[in-house]
Amino acid sequence: MSFQFVAIGTSLGGFRALQIVLGGLPRDLPLPVAVVQHRSPDDSDALASLLASYTQMPVTEIEDKEPIQSGHIYICPSNYHVLVDGAHFALSTDAPVLHARPSIDMFFESAADSFADRVIGILLTGMSKDGTAGLKRIKQRGGYAVVQDPAGAEGRMMPEAAIGSVAVDRILALGDIAPLLVELCAGQRTEV
Amino acid sequence: MQAARHGQSVEEIELQLLLEAIYRHYGFDFRNYALSSLRRRVRDFIRLQHVESISVLQDRILRDRTWLDRFVHALSVNVSSMFRDPDFYRTFRKEVVPFLKTYPFIRFWLAGISMGEEVYSLAILLQEEGIYDRCRIYATDINDSVLKTAKEGIYPIESMQMYTNNYIKAGGIRTFSDYYTAAYDRALLKASLQNNVVFAQHNLASDSSFNEFHVILCRNVMIYFNKDLQAHVHDLLHQSLMMFGILGLGARETIRFSPHEHDYEEVDGASKLYRRIM
Repeated sequence: MSFQFVAIGTSLGGFRALQIVLGGLPRDLPLPVAVVQHRSPDDSDALASLLASYTQMPVTEIEDKEPIQSGHIYICPSNYHVLVDGAHFALSTDAPVLHARPSIDMFFESAADSFADRVIGILLTGMSKDGTAGLKRIKQRGGYAVVQDPAGAEGRMMPEAAIGSVAVDRILALGDIAPLLVELCAGQRTEV
Repeated sequence: MQAARHGQSVEEIELQLLLEAIYRHYGFDFRNYALSSLRRRVRDFIRLQHVESISVLQDRILRDRTWLDRFVHALSVNVSSMFRDPDFYRTFRKEVVPFLKTYPFIRFWLAGISMGEEVYSLAILLQEEGIYDRCRIYATDINDSVLKTAKEGIYPIESMQMYTNNYIKAGGIRTFSDYYTAAYDRALLKASLQNNVVFAQHNLASDSSFNEFHVILCRNVMIYFNKDLQAHVHDLLHQSLMMFGILGLGARETIRFSPHEHDYEEVDGASKLYRRIM
């Protein structure tokens, strides 16, 4: 099995969780990593540069039709939905889903549509049920699902909702997620 | 469209056949829309309309024009708000309006107008800058019923709070409530905002240029198109914009991946306002 895309979704408490997960990734991870973090509509574009100081990988905020490249971390912009559109990202201003724009469900579902069983979906802390339907779709298409252990999560609701209705592959503490990603893509080389 | 290949999912095949059928029979071309958004809207549409599958939907659309209209509506309605991205309007006021004031008559094209939120935001800004009487705004959309709604200028009253906040952040110099009348759960915008607006149907995918403009705003419209159609629309906009005219895009859109990247310069670093220089 070789993976092509890592999709991370998180809400309340996400900034601290992302510091740990992204901070544990090696500079030469042979996969693209894209993050949807619930944010306020008038949030500035500072999230990407703030997260960049915790990881060795390049971190940027997504622009419409940006090509998806390995070894890169992509952060959702505020007030848009993020979709995976084949080998690119596509944005949408459709109505919020479960009160969220960006919606994790929309993001995960589009990732499953584009990359099928080559997706690793990771759902972290949050007080919402967003992400469960998306993670379910990732599993239906044969992808791999990881959920943060609710015991250590700042917001338990989001990981608990997913665990309650999706046959997830792993339930892990934050510190164990980056090592798992490295393990899952061992032997894969960076595609340009 | 992509060449056919084996192993495509049933849904993918149905979706492509549906778009092809609509194009051949009615001439509406959705084949170069971004598949990710389109797929989602089609799934929502068949769920809400209780249609069993995309193939069944195709059958209905081909035999019944009213189904086509409903479908086009579902695919082309975009969600926006007044003074969305206040910084955009603030920069427009500061950096673009002084340039516009040097012209005796100013033509705007707003391409893809959602429910008209942006049309009225611009009209308010131009009134406050004292140049609205010299302006004509051509407001176009592919969708006829969207144009009708936009012309009414009626919005839910609960949106006014957000619009007011946006208006203030966008550098508004009066009070936002001066621009609407509240009635029950709705807000009706002042009729004078429509004085110099021409609403018209225009399809960015298939219609041609119809004038030369000082300013073109096409914000968060092309995000629903794939790269080929985006390139086509950028040709059309470039062709329709006078030299040194201004092109405004959405906050996370860029001309970086378009063939006209080098025909524009940024008006300022972050606002997605571009000046045509080639």
